[in-house]
Amino acid sequence: MSAYFEFLLRMGDNTLILGHRVSEWCGHAPVIEEDIALANTALDLIGQTQLWLGLAAEVEDKGRTADDLAMLRDAWDFRNVLMVEKPNGDFGQTLMRQFLFDAFHLEMLKGLTTSSKPRVAEIAAKAVKEVQYHVERSGDTVIGLGDGTAESHARMQDALNFMWPYVGEMFASDDVDAEMLSTGIAPDLTQLRIAFDAHVGAVMADATLTIPDSTFAHKGGKSGFQHTEHLGHILTQMQWLQRAYPGASW
Amino acid sequence: MKNEWPLWEVFIRGQHGMSHRHVGSLHAADEESAIKNARDVYTRRNEGVSIWVVEARHIAASSPSEKGPLYEPSESKVYRHPTFFDIPDEVGAM
Repeated sequence: MSAYFEFLLRMGDNTLILGHRVSEWCGHAPVIEEDIALANTALDLIGQTQLWLGLAAEVEDKGRTADDLAMLRDAWDFRNVLMVEKPNGDFGQTLMRQFLFDAFHLEMLKGLTTSSKPRVAEIAAKAVKEVQYHVERSGDTVIGLGDGTAESHARMQDALNFMWPYVGEMFASDDVDAEMLSTGIAPDLTQLRIAFDAHVGAVMADATLTIPDSTFAHKGGKSGFQHTEHLGHILTQMQWLQRAYPGASW
Repeated sequence: MKNEWPLWEVFIRGQHGMSHRHVGSLHAADEESAIKNARDVYTRRNEGVSIWVVEARHIAASSPSEKGPLYEPSESKVYRHPTFFDIPDEVGAM
């Protein structure tokens, strides 16, 4: 597996799995406005998945399509970070996960707009506009609920404590990231972390939430070494139709 | 429901229109989230280039029961319609 292909899988699998997770709220959000907003976000992410996995399939050059990569791989072949497969929990936990991922995603996409690979730069330029909105919306909601009632504040602090150990993996550089950086394909993760910390720090301060004093990070998602137990359950739901009726389409 | 967010009326200016038109209403906690909700609820299909929101309680409305005195007097004044004039072709679209 080439490093470039693996990097594209990471981008596409992050948006695919998070898009699926967020879509689980469809019809269940606390108010209809949030329901529609979450569905829009999920659709944006699935749309980005088509582009990333479509490019990944071309780069792999083994005759697979974006659909094949999304619907016919098993858990150990996925390269998404662990955070995006964590369960939705309550609305606060979903929005906290969304904000933390969006804040990373925004910096990553900004960096990718100047990628040495023109196709990557083009996809990033399209996606960054969507994600700019995602992070504004999720950030405002984190502030609104964090600096809200005693109940909402407590739930958001719980959500932050729960999600924080999954932040580190997004910025942990490995051989794939090192090769992406040295070939000018993707930005430097340590630089992204600086921008991320400034952004997240400001939002959490406004939200009156305390970032846990810990750098412990669960790992194994983006390397595919060890996903959480939740990924397999997502895949059974997401892939069952293609598994039960191979090639089905409409 | 006691904790219901306030109601907002939403006005969208379309791709080709010069004026904002009322498209519907929604609930939101404050004006910023009202604009975001309006963006998500009412511009999903590329409908707009500009959004106005106003909290519904700030809109003063005429009363339906005053329909007679308010509107009936104009019914008999056809001369107020500019339909009696021939518009020269040079004027173009109006």
